[in-house]
Amino acid sequence: MYKTPDGREIFVVDGHTHFWDGSPENQRNVHGKQFIDCFYAYHTNLSPPEERWEKSKFEKYSEDDIYNDLFVEGPDDMAIVQTTVLGDFYKKGFGNVERTIKMASRHPERFIVNGAFDPRDGEKALEYIHYLKETHNIQGVKLYTAEWNGDSKGYKLNDPAAYKCLELCDKLGIRNVHVHKGPTIIPLNKDAFDVHDVDYAATDFQNLNFIVEHCGLPRLDDFCWIAVQETNVYAGLAVVLPFIHARPRYFGEVMAELLFWLGPDKILFGSDYAIWTPKWLVEKFWTFQIPEDIAAERGVQLTDEIREKILGLNAARLYGIDVEAAKARLAAAPVSIAAE
Amino acid sequence: MQDRHTLTPRERDVWSRLDRVDDPELDEPLTDLGFIEAVSVGDAGDVLVCFRLPTYWCSPNFAFLMAEGIRDEVGALPWVSRVAVQLEDHMCADEMNAAVNAGRSFSEAMALRPELGDLGEVREKFARKAFQRRQEAVLLALRTLGLKPADVAAMTLSQLERTRLHDPEAARQLPRYLEILRARGLATAECDPAFPDPDGRGLTAAGYAERMGELRAVRINMEFGGALCRGLKETRYKEVVRIDGEPTLVDFLHDRVPARQTAG
Repeated sequence: MYKTPDGREIFVVDGHTHFWDGSPENQRNVHGKQFIDCFYAYHTNLSPPEERWEKSKFEKYSEDDIYNDLFVEGPDDMAIVQTTVLGDFYKKGFGNVERTIKMASRHPERFIVNGAFDPRDGEKALEYIHYLKETHNIQGVKLYTAEWNGDSKGYKLNDPAAYKCLELCDKLGIRNVHVHKGPTIIPLNKDAFDVHDVDYAATDFQNLNFIVEHCGLPRLDDFCWIAVQETNVYAGLAVVLPFIHARPRYFGEVMAELLFWLGPDKILFGSDYAIWTPKWLVEKFWTFQIPEDIAAERGVQLTDEIREKILGLNAARLYGIDVEAAKARLAAAPVSIAAE
Repeated sequence: MQDRHTLTPRERDVWSRLDRVDDPELDEPLTDLGFIEAVSVGDAGDVLVCFRLPTYWCSPNFAFLMAEGIRDEVGALPWVSRVAVQLEDHMCADEMNAAVNAGRSFSEAMALRPELGDLGEVREKFARKAFQRRQEAVLLALRTLGLKPADVAAMTLSQLERTRLHDPEAARQLPRYLEILRARGLATAECDPAFPDPDGRGLTAAGYAERMGELRAVRINMEFGGALCRGLKETRYKEVVRIDGEPTLVDFLHDRVPARQTAG
């Protein structure tokens, strides 16, 4: 719960968080080391100085840390934990759905755990989707289209194998598909983060919601164009939001574009924890105003009502969270420092 | 940034040529971005340039283009006998350096990796974006000088050449815009319109708002990369070290300590 300076209580759903293990013990090879190093550079580069962590904590943080940073210190009411496997880089996966589920089971009222699959695994991917639904009743998945898999350095959502997986998700009611389309961290494929494949998939799978994480940046214009055409395409603010500290004017320009093209109902807050912690992001976001000249150019501005949608109500709608009921449930189970 | 006063004349020559090599994705000189790690000049006129990118994962396409730019610019110096380019700490470093040292062209090295796509296509795509970004900087500066859309739409190449801009970013971009405008053949004669789009279509007062919208979109995308790359380059190889939660000397040196902690 975020309490505004004038005392209002805002329901916060953090749409993009991780519970990863990037520690040296889990690294399979140099790529694993370089991957977590790159995340750490994002963390140190865009966080305010007082929010930076030391490397060892960043590589692997505890179940208590995530709970504390999101819900005790942080303003989140609920958090969606994404699974980014990167099996070619990490022995047990960078994100491991079993490990995440175990962590989340301590506070089931607060966490929604999303799974992941790789369409290039063929039949095995389909079996795995069945397993995820039947065993863990997942509601969403995180897809990383630039993930390496043997000789393949990426895939597209409109590849036939990916369509088979999406068909199955549709059938089983796994409705929320978070797609990483962002900065080129692993760009060996010509452009595995190109956003146009989302256009095809969103048209062909009207029951699914496609949340494009990082808004497709640095392809914001392509993404906005697609999100305008497709009613089931949403923007995830992970990685975009921290610019609010380092480059506020730039952040204002991006928000103006998103509000102008997508409107306030299709933008989702995400801290990308543990790259960033939600406390400072939400505090800064609540008081942020798009600079006057940019706002005038696009005829849009952030209002409290719009901020409330972005911070929680939009994600609640996608995940079927009854906000009033959730508030009551959480009030009955107030946050506490986890028992040893 | 390199202190050029301590350099030999030949080293200074090399650094001046390197100022002309841009990161194609960001349209900023490699020397400004801090990507050039070292330059060494041998007695026989052989030059070694080492460069490093913000992350291990930076796009190989762009890395190839930058290496090619370094090789061509430095190789254009009359006294240079041989140029070696060395990319460091990159996932494709071994392959690229091997190609350079064997004297193979980058296009040949690329041929082994068809998934990287066509280098010429990538170069053209980003040259267009560079053109647009420079154009926007100039147009915005002219607007703050009080020029109306109809005024800039009517402006010719020779009028733009005589214009003086005071904003430092615009003053930096104006010669860069003029250079790319001529290089792409979009304005060559004195009376040619100064602000065509990348396909040569002219600017009109009625189309001004739409043009600015397109240019803004290009810049927003490029700035995202630029801001990340500069920051990542700065923080790569650095770690925050805290003992008992207190900042250490290293934190102070790197200006990582918030003001309220240093004040006491």
